[in-house]
Amino acid sequence: MVQAPPAPWIGASLPRVDGISKVTGRARYLDDLPAAGAWHGATVRSDIAHGVLEALDFDPAFDWSSVVVVTAADIAAQGGHNVIRLIQDDQPALVPVGGKVMHAHEPLALVAAPSRALARAAAAAVRPRIQPLPAVLSAKDALAGSVALHGTDNVFKSFLIRKGHREDAELERALASAALVIEGEYTTSPQEQMYIEPQAMMSSWHDGRCHIVGSMQCPYYVHKAMKTLLACKDDEVVISQSVTGGGFGGKEEYPSMIAAHAALLARKAGRAVKLVYDRDEDIAATTKRHPAWIRHRLGVDASGEPVAIDVDVVMDGGAYLTLSQVVLSRGVLHAAGPYRCPVVRVRGRVVATNHPPHGAFRGFGAPQTTFAYERQMDKLARARGEDPLALRKRLALRSGDTTATGQALTFSVGTDAVLAAIERAAGPPPQRAGRSLAGSPLRRGRGVCFYFHGAGFTGSGEARLAGRAAVAVVLPSGAEAASAAPVRFEVRSSSTDIGQGSITMFSQIAAASLGCDPQLVRVIDPTTDKVPDSGPTVASRTCMVVGRVVEQACRTLRGRLEAWRAARGPAAESLSLPEVAAAMARELASDGKELVELVQYEPPPGIVWDDDSYTGSAYPVYGWAACLVDVAVDLDTYEVSVLRCVQAVDVGKAINPVIVRGQIEGGTLQALGWALIENVIYKDGKVANANMTNCIVPTFADAPELETVLVEEPYPYGPGGAKGVGEIPMDGPAAAVANAVEDALGCAFDSLPISPEKIATALRQASARSDGKAGVP
Amino acid sequence: MTAYLRPRSLAEAVAARAAEPGYLVLAGGTDLMVNANHRPAPAGLIDLWRLPGAGEISLDAERGQLAIGAGATWLQVQRHPLVVRHAAILAAAAREIGALQIQARGTIGGNVANSSPVGDSLPVLLALEAELELCSVRGTRRLPYREFCTGYRTTALGADELVSAVLVPVAAPAVRLFWRKVGTRRAQSISKVMAAAAIHLEDGVVRRATVAFGAVADRPVRLAGVEAAVVGLAPAQAAEAARAAVAGAIAPISDVRSTSDYRLQVAENLAARMFSELS
Repeated sequence: MVQAPPAPWIGASLPRVDGISKVTGRARYLDDLPAAGAWHGATVRSDIAHGVLEALDFDPAFDWSSVVVVTAADIAAQGGHNVIRLIQDDQPALVPVGGKVMHAHEPLALVAAPSRALARAAAAAVRPRIQPLPAVLSAKDALAGSVALHGTDNVFKSFLIRKGHREDAELERALASAALVIEGEYTTSPQEQMYIEPQAMMSSWHDGRCHIVGSMQCPYYVHKAMKTLLACKDDEVVISQSVTGGGFGGKEEYPSMIAAHAALLARKAGRAVKLVYDRDEDIAATTKRHPAWIRHRLGVDASGEPVAIDVDVVMDGGAYLTLSQVVLSRGVLHAAGPYRCPVVRVRGRVVATNHPPHGAFRGFGAPQTTFAYERQMDKLARARGEDPLALRKRLALRSGDTTATGQALTFSVGTDAVLAAIERAAGPPPQRAGRSLAGSPLRRGRGVCFYFHGAGFTGSGEARLAGRAAVAVVLPSGAEAASAAPVRFEVRSSSTDIGQGSITMFSQIAAASLGCDPQLVRVIDPTTDKVPDSGPTVASRTCMVVGRVVEQACRTLRGRLEAWRAARGPAAESLSLPEVAAAMARELASDGKELVELVQYEPPPGIVWDDDSYTGSAYPVYGWAACLVDVAVDLDTYEVSVLRCVQAVDVGKAINPVIVRGQIEGGTLQALGWALIENVIYKDGKVANANMTNCIVPTFADAPELETVLVEEPYPYGPGGAKGVGEIPMDGPAAAVANAVEDALGCAFDSLPISPEKIATALRQASARSDGKAGVP
Repeated sequence: MTAYLRPRSLAEAVAARAAEPGYLVLAGGTDLMVNANHRPAPAGLIDLWRLPGAGEISLDAERGQLAIGAGATWLQVQRHPLVVRHAAILAAAAREIGALQIQARGTIGGNVANSSPVGDSLPVLLALEAELELCSVRGTRRLPYREFCTGYRTTALGADELVSAVLVPVAAPAVRLFWRKVGTRRAQSISKVMAAAAIHLEDGVVRRATVAFGAVADRPVRLAGVEAAVVGLAPAQAAEAARAAVAGAIAPISDVRSTSDYRLQVAENLAARMFSELS
């Protein structure tokens, strides 16, 4: 395929379109929106993990006439279905009386009142009576099966990948033939997205339609869920995204729940209802990253060449399926790592427990399995006495190699470039021993890792989804028309800007494809009655997939405009593109038509995926990355300081390099937090640290020097050569940190987070083993 | 509705306190506001924020004490030349409380009266052998800070009293000071262990030491056992003696922030460090 010459707006770090309104505080988040007369909603939740809801008792001392109460009975009474529609319709919007409570913090009833304080008082005056049942509070307990939550075995979904063998015995023979087998067991912790804006939604019913506006990633997910819940037709429910303060996956599926609650309350109250979660409620009740338990065997021959890889992945899905099977799929598809190996088996299971449902979070299953395989690679290097970076260079996949699912890599493989970038940036290794400013002894270490991330939906997902986007020519109206303002090119897609910069990026892609100034492009706010369904804002697909559709729509429109100009001969030759667009749009408008180009995504040729055998092209293309981390461990306090973190990431093409670097730096810090300090602590199925004091994320004071190297191996089917970048930086750093800590201390850390408490315990045990000698090597 | 009083002089403040002993005293609000959603609204608030004269810092040369007004914010404490010169570890502790916004709002009097077991300045006040000035309509009294904390978030403060000043003895030049906060992260963090010490070293041996820890018990604690164990020893031997004396002296708890084992281990390490770094 011939690449078009680079357009000037691709690769330019233009200021963010939404930047000024956000830094000046003008941007209106959901809770800032005018809501005259709106009532406030509150949610009555379960305080136990598993049981039967026997009754909802209403405190007779409370004045119930001043509030509105919604229970599950209200849903059926209006002909709706009490489910939050997603992959399976297994999660109710509200637990009905007589129904099963499946997790703590589960919604049981709703109230709305003229003030937030009254709504909260009313919620507190509803007393659920729940008959407790034995709860399943870990994936291992779920697999032990003494309590059945789902089917007979508690397995929501399982996957199996086989490469180079047909039966387990062959895999075992391959491992038995290995000169060296590295065996490891890894666990990763649940992680809170901690977007700055808590979940928030407002609903009102007017013009015979249900209107919902709120903080979300995927307006059409909410649209689909509301149609079922409210028994509405397509055009009877309108979903609009408000300015959204971060998502990271946390606003992928959960907004359907809070939208459902706002809509039910608004319908019954007969007025607008706003539902804004407190931080504590948000942390306790909404989705987290799936905790995972991974066992990994890696066999190599005497020369260090892999002969077999066997991975077993178990994830805790929580009480309902939600998106777990897709998270597991991505985890499994990345589990063997970006390394060549003739025989691979990956087994994955996601199980039901009585935790709140785990869900989407940047990386979507891949960070968990990346942690495991990159620890394994490091252990292999250590066991063989081989330089860890050299080992990765030796074994990494390159163009022409095949992945675990048999996908032949033919283009945009940035392996050599990212590894070379890390090697160049590395510099001398840190001096091993030293002292901190406080006089404590320090041990320093260095860790590296190499990893990949499939961009876009898995397998045939993008073909099934058939995302659409449009560009329309909008004529100036009103005062604008009088001042001879130019036309606007309006980009219509359901992709949401949740802080990642998609509005700016789409403006640049559209301007480059149309050959116009980005000032003439306007990316409109996603509202389901104004934009086509471009698919959800997830899976590192917004730039690569939807951006591609925007590019195609703009190119087609430009072709039509040029043809229109050519057809009008010399008189039209001097007209600029916007002038042609204005003339053509006026001509069409006189016939009552709009000048608009709507395009549907066409998957690249040669993408073949078989869901039954789990073989073929798992993703159209991969991002490639390498990471280097230097750490210092304080032997008085066992705290790990990341001194330096270098990430080299192959992004295909950076449409806006400043935004891309921001994505990588943010993802890296989120990954360092997951590696070292972040954790969601469950106690009896409830979140025990549901506040920002104890559920901590890194601050700027915790951020090390972050160095980002952008590598551009163009993807022929992405806009300007771009491929996904949103998630990849999250995948690798945790393993690099663990590898660096092992380098510093000589102890392996295979469980996240690598907390000071775990380090203290490990060093104490190591010192006890070395015959009671105090201290560390 | 919560009543709200804002006295504009110390006399008004103690009068308000005497009249409404059930009201919560707001001295900056950095702890009170964090917990506002988690407890019933108080009957009333007495807001001492920017009470005229309440945040002054001065040197009482006669008594050899630094007098820090209870209303002094952490920003004022950490930047004041007298504090930096005469009570450097108090300035250091102030710099590690919360982050800038908290330091601009939180006050030393609030930290003392709130008496959280994880209050960041409290081990420093113990190690420096500070006194408190407490006042009420009945008059003013002085109390060694060591006698102030009586249990988990309970104090010797009378129902009609306010903390009006913290009095810190000016450290002698031969006294070496130690401070270390171990939190959950670098900023905006709750302490897991804090250690503070004032060590009088003479002719290469420890003559006297005051050693205090925070976040390892229901209140900030002085460790008399450690203090006794190190007297007369050279720093290296004092370090090992201090480490050995910690274990029997504290029994920290496990909670969502850390574990008992970790707190004890780190307390031992820091007890050793405060002496070993003298050599």
